[in-house]
Amino acid sequence: MSSDPQTPKIDVPYLAQLARISLNAEQVEKFGAQLQQIVSYVEKLKEVNIEGIEPTAHATPMTNVFRADEPRTPGDPAPFLKNAPQQVHNLFVVPKIVE
Amino acid sequence: MNLTELTIHELSDRLAKKEISAAELARDVVARTESVEPKLHAFLEWKGEELLAAARDMDERRARGEALGPLAGIPVGIKDVLNVKGHTCRCGSKILEGYGAPYDATVIAKLRAAGAIPFGRLNMDEFAMGSSTENSAFGVTHNPWDLERIPGGSSGGSAAAVAAGEVPATLGSDTGGSIRQPASLCGVVGLKPTYGRVSRFGLVAFASSLDQIGPFTKDVTDAALMLGTISGRDPNDSTSVPEPVPDYTKALTGDVEGMKLGLPKEYFIPGMDKEVEAAVRAAVDKLASLGAEIVEISLPHSDYGLAVYYIIATAEASANLARFDGVRYGSRAKDAKDPIDMYGRTRGAGFGPEVTRRIILGTYVLSSGYYDAYYLRAQKVRTLIRRDFMEAFKKCDAIVTPTTPSAAFKIGEKSEDPLTMYLSDIFTVNVNLAGICGVSLPCGFTKQPKLPVGLQVLGKPFGEETILKVAHAYEQATGWHKERPHFPPGQLPLPTDE
Repeated sequence: MSSDPQTPKIDVPYLAQLARISLNAEQVEKFGAQLQQIVSYVEKLKEVNIEGIEPTAHATPMTNVFRADEPRTPGDPAPFLKNAPQQVHNLFVVPKIVE
Repeated sequence: MNLTELTIHELSDRLAKKEISAAELARDVVARTESVEPKLHAFLEWKGEELLAAARDMDERRARGEALGPLAGIPVGIKDVLNVKGHTCRCGSKILEGYGAPYDATVIAKLRAAGAIPFGRLNMDEFAMGSSTENSAFGVTHNPWDLERIPGGSSGGSAAAVAAGEVPATLGSDTGGSIRQPASLCGVVGLKPTYGRVSRFGLVAFASSLDQIGPFTKDVTDAALMLGTISGRDPNDSTSVPEPVPDYTKALTGDVEGMKLGLPKEYFIPGMDKEVEAAVRAAVDKLASLGAEIVEISLPHSDYGLAVYYIIATAEASANLARFDGVRYGSRAKDAKDPIDMYGRTRGAGFGPEVTRRIILGTYVLSSGYYDAYYLRAQKVRTLIRRDFMEAFKKCDAIVTPTTPSAAFKIGEKSEDPLTMYLSDIFTVNVNLAGICGVSLPCGFTKQPKLPVGLQVLGKPFGEETILKVAHAYEQATGWHKERPHFPPGQLPLPTDE
């Protein structure tokens, strides 16, 4: 599994921190090697001439779908709150945020 | 005979004539599911009593002479990625342990309005990321044609359940081939609609610009029925399109005389399985013998599709899956010292390896300094891929290709090598990138072992009638769809006889 010397080195601990996923040392090493291989593969896009080509974010040629701005009665929050790991008084409970 | 061997249109016909009842059908579905599940594992769970009660209710309504929908009393299996009110919805992941859907996805509401009964939770690769169901947190689904092999993925449970005759039809989702690839490997019909044809409201999002929901069925007529039921504009999904929904079954004339079918040279690659190639080429000859004109076309950017897909899909996934943070649903890591610690440990423990890999890859391609080199470049090549198809459709009415480069592989064969696994989607990903429609249907078998081969028919945006017409004409002229797996003796009980 040789990677292209041109391919930037993937900093897995940094990315895992950005993505808010805790990894152990073994996972960092394993994912690092696999991701390096995948990134080397996608480097082939550098061959394509994209001069003057617009990006496609969405395959449907639609923009700005509007609806009438009318008040609606929201549904019962109970079935939604029931799924929360911790809740009280119709609110989600999280660990303390502010010191 | 077990009633689950019949198609939806055969069952609906008998139900309407009161030759059979919905309750009898429901009993057969439950009996069949109970007998094959210990070896197959297509379902994560199912509620037999709930199905029977809904079926009895449908029979009573029929007895009272009420006007019933076209799918009245038909049980439809549901992939674990779609919300069905009162059912679990875990997306094959530990992180959604204990989640109960508080509402129906739009496709489920539409199925119910047509009289169909949602049944069970079908196994899948975690968050629809994978090509084999090996990434499910709850164990692999087996291929009914050979239990040592994978059923494809990510909608592997949806494909296997139809192939094994548990239910007449199922729903799946397709982001890079997750309906068509398992349909091909299990020998059933699987359809990915045009992006925007079907509402995604209530589908747990993987890659929002690529995801579409579609049906698995035993034949093309049933695919047309199911598509007509689930399609249409939905105020809850602004990407669903206000294009009228035709009666797709009217397109199934069997007549392909004079139609132009494009054969892309880039889809017959070195290294593809010889028997698969032979079966697909024979299918093309068959379509020619039915009067279609075969024209060679080129889709020059095809080879870049996988690279574009693994940038765009992972980028979108890294954003979509940020919502699984232990706050509003699912599991939460205990004794976290602050929210950041809680997010990290909840997600670290809750996501499996493939989902973690893809979130990290998606984070990388969107991260500062790499955005232009990866994400923006991929979006531009996506434009070229879409343009290739639009140019090709000036020369032909539909495109025919193999669905996969090989038949079903063995469980464990590719699970340690993500990149090799990704290559099994090489013929399906471009369709999602371009936003067009495609259907996979059986077109033969490999010899030793006997495994299904799929033919993929691709159409223009909202060209579902055309691809269904071609698929139906081929199906009726060959009859591959009538072949069912014979479970190896001693491994699975034979269908129950009532």
